[in-house]
Amino acid sequence: MTQVAEAITRVHHAEWSRVVAGLARRFGDLDVAEDAAAEAFAVAVERWPVGGVPVNPGAWLTTVASRKALDRLRRESHRDTKQREAAMLSDEMAPGLGTAPGPVADDRLRLIFTCCHPALAIPARVALTLRMLGGLSVAEIASAFLVQETTMAQRITRAKAKIKAAHIPYRVPLAADIADRSAAVMTVLFLIFNEGYLASGGGDALRVDLTDEAIRLTRLVRELLPDDGEVAGLLALMLLTDARHRARVSATGELVTLSEQDRDLWDAGLIAEGSSLVRERIAAVAAGGPSPGRFQLLAAINAVHTAAASVDDTDWAQIRTLYDRLVLIDPSPVVALNRAVVIAEIDGAAAGLRIVDGLGEPLAAYHAFHATRADLLRRLSRREEAVAAYDLAIDLAGNVGERAYLRRRRDEVAGDA
Amino acid sequence: MPRYLMSVHGPADRGEFGDYPSKQDMEQAFADTGVFNDMLERKGYFVFADGLAPVATATTVDGQGAAPVLHDGPYLEAKEHLGGFWIIEAPDLDVALDLAAQGSKACRGIVEVRPFMSPVDAEDLMGQ
Repeated sequence: MTQVAEAITRVHHAEWSRVVAGLARRFGDLDVAEDAAAEAFAVAVERWPVGGVPVNPGAWLTTVASRKALDRLRRESHRDTKQREAAMLSDEMAPGLGTAPGPVADDRLRLIFTCCHPALAIPARVALTLRMLGGLSVAEIASAFLVQETTMAQRITRAKAKIKAAHIPYRVPLAADIADRSAAVMTVLFLIFNEGYLASGGGDALRVDLTDEAIRLTRLVRELLPDDGEVAGLLALMLLTDARHRARVSATGELVTLSEQDRDLWDAGLIAEGSSLVRERIAAVAAGGPSPGRFQLLAAINAVHTAAASVDDTDWAQIRTLYDRLVLIDPSPVVALNRAVVIAEIDGAAAGLRIVDGLGEPLAAYHAFHATRADLLRRLSRREEAVAAYDLAIDLAGNVGERAYLRRRRDEVAGDA
Repeated sequence: MPRYLMSVHGPADRGEFGDYPSKQDMEQAFADTGVFNDMLERKGYFVFADGLAPVATATTVDGQGAAPVLHDGPYLEAKEHLGGFWIIEAPDLDVALDLAAQGSKACRGIVEVRPFMSPVDAEDLMGQ
């Protein structure tokens, strides 16, 4: 990549959400904002290699994009454009999609709360967030979520039309609602991260583009909501998980479980950053802050894992305490399944299996349930049952690396039999 | 200000006390809905509201042909039907959703919130 091309990519990452969010406030229309921002970046790709990268690329892009947006509104002059245009020429007078102030006045924060509004279906929230905040193209989002580009384009168009027609406000929720609404934002960011870390299909075990994007957006939300403990917890969880990604896939493309990972491949920098966030949260809770939510507890569990020099050094008792607290706030069968794995480490595979066997009904279609059961049966030398459980897990797993790992394990057990 | 239809959906078959398990429940729901309606009026959200007679009283008319065709019953046969509605004016969807939650609690029904088409939407539809 040439220096200018690199600069454009860097500026796109750093400035896209800011440019789109500023335009969305000023023009009160997500379509206009998105198209104008895209046009401005297209002009940059054309001009910067010749004229050089401007001193303040963000301001340059905002100016060009605003001009493009005004041009477009002038072309559509059949409406009350003259009036709107007059208002929009002065940034301060902007009508926006809603003018009620929230506790924090940042355009990007308003935009992310709009894209993650609970009145939109979750797939639409994910797609809109990646498009409007992440600047991913519709084709990129479609390929990440394994849908046709036309389907994804339609999903985004419909969501934007609903925002407009139903008057979904472009604002930061009031303080009283912010916890509920930021939970919706975090759900979307975590979905994007998980899709990257354990791709549900396609040819890759890991989608680094998506995990990177989720981390970047979560850093942004953390910057905008620095006092939200769960946002800090979510960022820590992503960093501590992502820190292990180089050790997670073998040379042959097989997924490597935590216990078998080469810990020298873990990213010490990310672990340090994630652990420091976890310590910050522990201190805040100890100082009388609100008790930790799901993401903070999951981050703490991961901090215990990454602090251990080897599997045998893992402080399982500490992890069990954290899971006991997690079960109280999230009594889902998936959490119970993960807790059973910890119990198996402490009290033995039979104790773990007893809990797992009780979860068969709600988790019958969940590949990780069968994989966990298979592993416990293998440890108990119940080989035939283990092979049958591996077969079920292989059928249900969508991730290529995970299927490869499960097949090898099944063949090992079957070979021993 | 945007207008929204808040429609209440309930079972097609109504019992002795409408959609309510007892006379007392019915009276309480009517009273709560009355309080909710007063609040809508006081705060300037209220445009119109009413309940509908049972779905069995509906007649469907198709007047597009040479002679109108009548059909006894609702346009769509379903287990759940529109039982009543509010038309409100609210600054944005968040306010409308909050009012819908209060209305749903008052009338003991599920409420669908749908914006009316704005003049700009209408222009788009006409392809201007």
